[in-house]
Amino acid sequence: METSPTPNAGHKKSGNLYLRLFTSFFKIGAFTFGGGWAMISIIEREIVDKNGWIERDDFLDLLAVAQSLPGILAVNIATAVGDHLRKGKGAAIAALGTILPSFLIILAIAIFLTPDMIKNNKTISAIFMGIRPAVVALIVAPVITSAKAAGIKLRTLWIPALVTLMIWLDMGFISNPILYILLGGLGGYLYFRYTHSRIRKGGEVA
Amino acid sequence: MNNIYLQLIWAYIKIGIFGFGGGYAMLSLVEKAVVGPGWISETMFTDIVAISQMTPGPIGINSATYIGYVAPGSVSPEYSGVAWGLLGSCLATLAVVLPSFFLVLYSSHFIRRHHESGIIKGIFMGLRPVVVGLIASAALMLMNASNFNPNGISWQLVVNIVISVVAFCLVFFPIPGSGGKKKIHPILVIILAGLAGYLIYGL
Repeated sequence: METSPTPNAGHKKSGNLYLRLFTSFFKIGAFTFGGGWAMISIIEREIVDKNGWIERDDFLDLLAVAQSLPGILAVNIATAVGDHLRKGKGAAIAALGTILPSFLIILAIAIFLTPDMIKNNKTISAIFMGIRPAVVALIVAPVITSAKAAGIKLRTLWIPALVTLMIWLDMGFISNPILYILLGGLGGYLYFRYTHSRIRKGGEVA
Repeated sequence: MNNIYLQLIWAYIKIGIFGFGGGYAMLSLVEKAVVGPGWISETMFTDIVAISQMTPGPIGINSATYIGYVAPGSVSPEYSGVAWGLLGSCLATLAVVLPSFFLVLYSSHFIRRHHESGIIKGIFMGLRPVVVGLIASAALMLMNASNFNPNGISWQLVVNIVISVVAFCLVFFPIPGSGGKKKIHPILVIILAGLAGYLIYGL
């Protein structure tokens, strides 16, 4: 639990910013179950709300970059956020913080346990039966907050709705997320050219 | 490249470069790269996937750490032991991360340099609604039987839907009486959900 966002809170106490960046992403790495998208709720809370390091709409732009590049989504997001705050050094620290928890846990399992001890452990299975449906809810929440940040109105609702449907259909090429990132970028570019040329001609922008 | 460590690094660099679309899309690449040369068996690979689902963190990291630890010893007895395994873990994990790390870094620098250009602004304006759709599709695709009803028992489905709805309310709505200012941390929600799972399914 914490208080509401304070603008630029992160920049005021920048003395131990690297340490706080590391701790935040260590927490994010330690509690990310179910892939990169599941960490968005925790990142939003830690990075956007609690520390005020990034505005919500800027965060969406970083997500677009992280998703369009290859590699592990969670690490890409951490790298992009760390870089946004403190360039390469921040990126390295945020990426390291995200990787370290799972690295240490898997290493401990590899050294001390056999896969069967985890796989057939009834307690762990029970705990995860509870965690999995909660993780889904943790991805639904940022759908709503990000839709607000992206300024989605009734007029633009068809874009995320169409993207969701196409990806969900899982039909090969036309369900590839990168296709929609490219189309979104192209659409934004064309829209910019269109409105820009109208301004130059002295017309009103609709 | 007959050294197992060089082979590990090369295999995971390739996975890092060609692994688009998140963990599960990456898994088939990992499978080809590590089961093919006989570093681990097919059964062990399935075990690693199961463990990845039961431990936090990205599945790409989990598999690199585990296979990096196991592969040297399984290929050659002279590399058995914790120290050699640790070396393999570190190298494989770094190898899978570094390509995209630098790609993200260079892309971000490029975007920052052209931050004020109208074209970049226009492109990102078009990207934002798409990203909302990407998050929504991730949520929708996880609303499946293995997350909500793995054993095909209807009371468990109901319980899991309740857990999901309560988790959503806890993380989304402010705590009553805090004047709309305080929200419960998602990490606490995960811990509570795990506790609920233990109490309902584990006792």
